[in-house]
Amino acid sequence: MKAAALFLLLAGCPLSFAAFALLPPSPARMGFVFAALAVQLLGLVLAFRAYYAHQQGSGGEQ
Amino acid sequence: MTPADLTTLAAALCLLVAPLALAGLALMNAGFSRSRSAAHAVLSALVASASAAIGFLILGCAFFGAFFGAPSRTITVHGLPWGLIGSAHTFLRGVDLHSAQPALAVGFLLFAAALVAVIPLGSGADRWRLYPMALSAALVAAIPFAIFAHWIWGGGWLSQIGAIDAGGSSAIAAVGGLSALSITWLLGPRQGKYDDGGMALPGHNMVMVLFGCLLTFAGWIGLTSASALLFGAATPASIPLIAANTLLAASAGLLATLWVTRSRYGKADASLCANGFLAGMVAVGASCHLIVPVEAAAIGLAIGVILPFSVEWLDILGLDDPSGAITVFGIGGLWGTFAAGALVPGHAAQWLAQLVVISALLGMALPVTHLLHLAVNLIAPQRVSAEGEQFGLDLHELGAGAYPELQQVMKDHLNR
Repeated sequence: MKAAALFLLLAGCPLSFAAFALLPPSPARMGFVFAALAVQLLGLVLAFRAYYAHQQGSGGEQ
Repeated sequence: MTPADLTTLAAALCLLVAPLALAGLALMNAGFSRSRSAAHAVLSALVASASAAIGFLILGCAFFGAFFGAPSRTITVHGLPWGLIGSAHTFLRGVDLHSAQPALAVGFLLFAAALVAVIPLGSGADRWRLYPMALSAALVAAIPFAIFAHWIWGGGWLSQIGAIDAGGSSAIAAVGGLSALSITWLLGPRQGKYDDGGMALPGHNMVMVLFGCLLTFAGWIGLTSASALLFGAATPASIPLIAANTLLAASAGLLATLWVTRSRYGKADASLCANGFLAGMVAVGASCHLIVPVEAAAIGLAIGVILPFSVEWLDILGLDDPSGAITVFGIGGLWGTFAAGALVPGHAAQWLAQLVVISALLGMALPVTHLLHLAVNLIAPQRVSAEGEQFGLDLHELGAGAYPELQQVMKDHLNR
C-alpha cells in the first residue's frame, strides 16, 4: 500500500470523530462525515491502483 | 432466578456453540485451498486461534478495558471525555473472573479474537507461511481488534455517538475481512493465477466448503446471540428472533447469489452460493435483535446480489482471494453496519453514526492491520518461497500432508 493511501485512510478517522465531537447535529456534521469518507475512498482507490500497477509489473507486493 | 442470572445463563450457553464457527471456517478454508495445502489450512486455523487468544490475553484485554474495572484513556473535547483506548492491566490482572459479566466478556472476546484471526486465512490460502501468520494473528487480535472492540462495545467514542453493532458485523467480521484485504495485498496472487492469461484455481473439496458453511452458521448464531446479550442490551427472549433473522438473511443471501450466478454463468456456483449464505449471516449481525424478519431478509438479499459482482471485480483488480473472505466478511460486515443505521428504529442520525463506524474501520482497523502485517513481513517473510508453493504447504511446512498418496504422485511428477 502506498504511503499516500495509508495517510488518506488514517486521516479520515479523526475527521469523522471531529464531526461528532466538535459539531452539533446539523448538515455541517453530515458534510464533515461525508468528507471524511470521501478522503478514505480516495485512499482506497490509490491503494487498489498501486497494487494493480505493481501486479502488472511483477508478482506480489514483496 | 433473576433476569440478570437468566441473561448470564443464556449468554454462557450461546458462547458454548461459538467454537463451531471456528471449526466451520477452518473446514471452509481447507476446502478452498488446493489438496497439497489442505492440512496446512486446518492447522493454520488452529494456530491462528491459539495465537489470537494469547495475543488478546497479553495485550488486547488491556486495550479493551471495559468490564475489567478500568476507565478508558480519554480525550476531552468541549468538556466531554471521549473514550479512545482501554487502560486495564495486561494478562487480565485485576479482572474479577468469578463475576459472571467480566468472565463472560473475556470468554466471548477470546472467541471473537480467534475468529478475527481465522477469517483472513482463506484469502492467504496456499501461500501464507505458518509462523509469520501466527505472529500476525496475535498482533491483530491484540491491537486493532481490541481497540475497535473498545470503541464500539467497551464504552469508547463510537458507542458514545450512539453507533450500534449488536452481533459483531463491524468488530468481528469487518475487522477480519479488512485484515483479509491487507494480507491479499501483501502476499500477491498464487502462482499461475494471472500468469499467461490467467486460470481458475478452484478449491479442492467443495463438500468441505459447504459443510463448513453450515457449521459456521450454527456457531455464528451462538456468537451473535452472546454478543447481543453482552453488548447489545438484548434479553434472552430475543434469542429466537436473532436466530430467525440470521437464518432469513443467510437464506436471502444464498438465493440471491444462486439467482445471479445462474443468470450470469448458466449454472449455480456452489462456492459463491456458500459465500452468499455467509455474507447474509454476517451482514445481519449488527442489527440482529433490533429489526423485523422482512428487514433481515432484505439485508441478506442485497449482499447476496452484490457478492458475485464484488468477487469478480476483485479478481479483475488482481486480488487473488481463494475463499472470498474480503467480500463475505469485509464488504458484508460494512454493508451490515450501514444497514443497521438505515433500518433500526431510533434517533434520526443513526445512519450517520453507522457511517462513522465504517470510517473508523477504514481509518484505523485497515491501516493498522496492514502496518502490522508489513512489520511482521520485515521480520519473517509472510509469503512462502516459489518452490514451497509449488510443492504445497503441507510438504513444505509440515513434512506430511492431508492426502499422502496424492502427494507422492505429485512429487514423482515434479521430479520427472
